[in-house]
Amino acid sequence: MSATSPLSPRELVDEYFIENRTRLLEIAAFLDRIDRADPSYAARDFRMTAFAEALDALAPGGSGARLDRIQLLLSDPRHTPLESLDRKSAIGAFDRSTPEARS
Amino acid sequence: MRYIDHHAHMVSRTTDDYQKMSLSGCVAVTEPAFWAGWDRSQADGFEDYFRQLTDFEPKRAAQYHIQHYAWMAMNPKEADDRELSREVLKRIPKFLDKPTVLGIGEIGLNRVTRNEIATYTEQIELAQAHNQLILIHTPHLEDKLKGTRISVDVLRGFSKLEPSRVLVDHAEEHTLEMILEHGYWAGLTLYPQTKVSPQRAADIVERFGPDRICIAGACDWGPSDSMAVPRFIMEMRRRKHSEELIHRLVFENPVQFLSQSERFRIRPELEREAIGSI
Repeated sequence: MSATSPLSPRELVDEYFIENRTRLLEIAAFLDRIDRADPSYAARDFRMTAFAEALDALAPGGSGARLDRIQLLLSDPRHTPLESLDRKSAIGAFDRSTPEARS
Repeated sequence: MRYIDHHAHMVSRTTDDYQKMSLSGCVAVTEPAFWAGWDRSQADGFEDYFRQLTDFEPKRAAQYHIQHYAWMAMNPKEADDRELSREVLKRIPKFLDKPTVLGIGEIGLNRVTRNEIATYTEQIELAQAHNQLILIHTPHLEDKLKGTRISVDVLRGFSKLEPSRVLVDHAEEHTLEMILEHGYWAGLTLYPQTKVSPQRAADIVERFGPDRICIAGACDWGPSDSMAVPRFIMEMRRRKHSEELIHRLVFENPVQFLSQSERFRIRPELEREAIGSI
């Protein structure tokens, strides 16, 4: 099985550039929106801290490396179960600043 | 192209969805028992839901020429309630004799609590005792990595369980290898936001190959898409992947896994007829 698309690199850019340009602008608009509300807020919300680290992980890497790095950045890295149910649903990022996270 | 959606919560969808799915080539859906979006107060509520899955929903699907199958389980979102789980598990065996029930599912973990793990373990035991296929839900978002690791660890503790009779669903890039390397099937479920997009599913196939991978929409009561599998087919065609590869992922692979239940009526020998209709 090939580890690439049948499309050439040029065809991939031709096919996917516009939709990913749109996504890039959406992210920029999202960050600007938060800053307009409170420029200091993002640094205080662990979800946005993880988001910023994920943006840094977009720097060049091997095949699949960026996505895998971001998946890990946003994941609970621990191996131990919770002793009791704290809430019903996941929220998208893991708070690495808590004592439990460092244990 | 004919396709099978192995994970679709059709009780949450309108008949319009059945019609669209049929028009787009869907020939069978399998519906795991899951959370209704709110917690049920007693086991009787689950029993009514199981009757809906096994009596009513196959008839509704048949109106659109779609075969409907179901999986029985205490779902992960309510599995932390041990007392309720025990009551629900007592009521499952009588549904395993229904002609459209393929196995136990979707079982697994939500927030990965000790209670959830206990209920999950008991349901694997139940499946093993009744020689049932198993469909496993893996947790969402930040809980997926930890939850999948622990789910697989628990599975591996059952030495007599055949891995080829277990599908671990909602796999993503960071969990796929740990599922496949132990011989289990992996499901990629296509969601608008919280799981895998058709584009990323195609990327995963390009990176890891098509072996033991099935594609599903997992449409339910939340933001989801009953047309997710056709969108994946379109994405694969957009990249000029072969019709044979696409057909393998959306039809032959699910047939191979699901045919391990004698109740699944689309048999491998009919694949040749299906391939001829592409």
